[in-house]
Formats: sequence, C-alpha cells, structure tokens
Amino acid sequence: MIALLLRDLKLALRAGGGFGLGLAFFLIVTVLVPFSVGPQSSLLSTIAPGILWLGALLACLLSLDRLLALDWEDGSLDLLATAPLPLESVVTIKALAHWLTTGLPLVLAAPFLGVLLNLPVPGFSWLVISLLIGTPAMSVIGTFGAALTVGLKRGGLLLSLLVLPLYVPTLIFGAEVARRGAMGMETQTPLLMLAGITAATIALLPFASAAVLRINLR
Amino acid sequence: MSIAAKANALWEYANPRKFLATSERVMPFFWITSIACIVVGLIWGFFFTPDDYKQGSTVKIIYLHVPAALMAINCWLMMLATSLVWLVRRHHVSALAARAAAPIGIVMTLIALATGAIWGQPMWGTWWAWDPRLTSFLILFLFYLGYVALWEAIEDPDTAADLTSVLCLVGSVFALLSRYAVNFWNQGLHQGASVMRAAAVTGADTEEKVSNIYFYPLLLCMIGFVLLFIALVLYRTGTEIRARRIKALLARERVNG
Repeated sequence: MIALLLRDLKLALRAGGGFGLGLAFFLIVTVLVPFSVGPQSSLLSTIAPGILWLGALLACLLSLDRLLALDWEDGSLDLLATAPLPLESVVTIKALAHWLTTGLPLVLAAPFLGVLLNLPVPGFSWLVISLLIGTPAMSVIGTFGAALTVGLKRGGLLLSLLVLPLYVPTLIFGAEVARRGAMGMETQTPLLMLAGITAATIALLPFASAAVLRINLR
Repeated sequence: MSIAAKANALWEYANPRKFLATSERVMPFFWITSIACIVVGLIWGFFFTPDDYKQGSTVKIIYLHVPAALMAINCWLMMLATSLVWLVRRHHVSALAARAAAPIGIVMTLIALATGAIWGQPMWGTWWAWDPRLTSFLILFLFYLGYVALWEAIEDPDTAADLTSVLCLVGSVFALLSRYAVNFWNQGLHQGASVMRAAAVTGADTEEKVSNIYFYPLLLCMIGFVLLFIALVLYRTGTEIRARRIKALLARERVNG
C-alpha cells in the first residue's frame, strides 16, 4: 500500500506538470476574478471565500482525468487489479495520492491567494480549515468520477459533467464555513456537515469506485 | 396464486418478448386514459375554475407545473429502482427501461423549471430565484444530463448499463444530500426566502393551500401525467429493445456475410 502511494507520489512529482498545474490554475482563476468583477476591495472581500473555494474545486477537477487514465493506458491498472491488494484500497490510495499532490498544495496556497482577494483577517484560518476538511472529499468523489470514465476516449469533459453535481454539497458547506468565518459568524453547523460528508464519502465511495473500476476492467 | 408465485410472474416480464407483447397490449389503454385525463383536467382547470383572488389566472399554470415536477422526481426514483433490479438480477429490460426513462425525466424537469419561471415572473417579479426548491431542481437536471451523457458515451451496452446504474445509485444519495444542503445554504444566505416559499410548489403544500376547486382538476392532471409517463416509458423501452435486436441482427449478418 505504501509502495503504491510512494509510486503515485513520485510519478506526480516527476512526470512534470501534474503537481504545479493545479496550483497555477488556482492562481490564474483567482487573478482573473478581479478583472471580471472589478477591483473594489469591499466587493472582493465579500466574494473571496466563495471564489477561493470554487477555484480550489476547479483546480481539483483539472487533474482528475490524469488520476487513473495514465495507469489505464500503460496497463498498470490491470496489474493493480490482479494484485493481492483489494481494489478498494488501491482506489483509496489513489485518492490519497491525488489529495497529497493536488488538494494539500491548494490548501496551503489558499491563504496567499486570499490576500489577493482582500479576504477579511478572521477568514484565513476558517478558509484553511474548511479546505483542509473539504478537499479529501473532492479527491474521493473525483476518483469515483475518474473510475467511471476511465475507459472512454473523450472522458475529460464527461468527467466534469458527472463530478461537478456530486461536488455540490461539499461546495455548499465548505464555502459556507469560509464565508461565515470571514464574517465572524458561528461556523459549527456547516463545519460539522462538511466533516460528515467527507467522512461518509471516504468510508463509502471507494467501494463504488472499485465496483465501477472492476466493470471497466472486465 | 400465492404471493411468491405472483412475484415470479412479475419477473417473467424480464423476458423481452413477453415484455413487448404485454406492453403493446396495455399501451393503448395508458395512452388513451392519460390523454383523456390531461385534456379533461386542463380544460376543467383552465376554463371552469375561477381566478385566484390574489394570483389571478396565472395560478392555472399549476396544472402543468405540479404534475411535471411530480414526474421529474418520480422518474428518477423509477430509474433508481430499475437500476437496482439490473444490478441485482441482470435483466436487460430493466436497464433499458432506466435508459428510456431518463430523457423523459429531463423533459419533465425542464417543463417544471420553465413553467415555474413563467409563473414566478408575475408572482415573485423574477424569472429565477435561488430558492431551495428551484435550485434542487436545477441540480436534479444536471444529474439527469450526466446520466444520459454517460449512457451515450459508452459503446458496450452491458458496461454502460452497469456504470449508469452505479452512477444512479451514487447520484441519488448525492442528490438527496444536495437537497438538504441547498435548504441549509439558502436559509444561511438570505433570510427572506420564506416569502418565496409561501408560493407552494410541491404537492404536499398544494393540498393544504389550494382549495378543492383547484385540487380536483389538478389531481386529474397528475394522474394523467403519471399514465403518460408510464406509456412513454413502455413505448421507449420497446424502441430500445428493438434497436438492440437490430444491432444484434446486423452483427450476425456481418459475421455470416
């Protein structure tokens, strides 16, 4: 399991682009927002938590089609499926590797981009906390989507169509935590809901992903 | 006949030939009664009920709006049930019925959204508001789109049936989750949403708020839409079965020729 995790991490780091691409995309989206809505700092600070959450979500989405497709193409996914490791764990490890290479950097970068959008000071910690709790769910859900579309030639666009509706609850609660935190309001309820969604998806969705992957590998 | 025997008799319709024969026999009944119900319900509703004292005649769009919304949700439930049957018992008719129902669900969702917008414009002063019910319908629409797109994208029919079934199961959980998330989100976002919600949108609210003069034609329309949905699903499932047969025949011809 650890070997697989290390392999995936190494591939992501060395295969160029995979690691930094999501971050660069996150940065660009954040920079483009003031151009589209205007530079008024009061407006920007109101929409900052939502924009940062949306940017992180899209950056997460961007790297999903590489998640399983590369292993599918070179045949290593077939080997992993026949390995003694259950496919459920393989899928979970894949999601974990995706989170470590995409989700975690996004979480760490978010406060700096928050400065660009004039995020209110109490919002920073809540933004990081909400992203830290929410991004694992995005990786796990994304793995499910990637497993669904792995055998398709033009899976990328379909993947976003399938995965984005599944992101709705995570986005709602996550952005709500960040927004309330930025406004200095109570954040416990959405935070608990967000954590609940993340815990439930991590616990249940790998089984669906593995089932879907088995169908695709048939 | 015992209950077990009856249940077995139900599974006989998993045989495509039996399904086609029976569905063709009962389809005219569904077509005729559904059209009769809808025509009578709409004429009764549009011309023989008084205008609402507050909403005027715009209230009458309810006769299209509520039945369409009802079927949009029930269509997904039907797809969920048939997907489960496919995953558990591997009956092709079941998978094809789910596939046949999805576009109908899309159309019903669109009708509900469009009539809602047309109703909302004079009543709320806006075509669209991010009200929980409206929003969750829009999300449901997105789920339908993804489901249909996945069916279309995969060439092998059995793989497509498997994958879409799993997507339908997972999607149902997330759709339900989104429904509650959206409820929470809107209350958190603007408190005044309760004014919007006073304009009843679901059947449950309607029964309480709409007086009997409106309720009976509405009930007739709802029954009509249910029957119409059944007729359409039977019809489209038959088409899907035949399309697959043609494909099999063509493949056989290629092999022999």
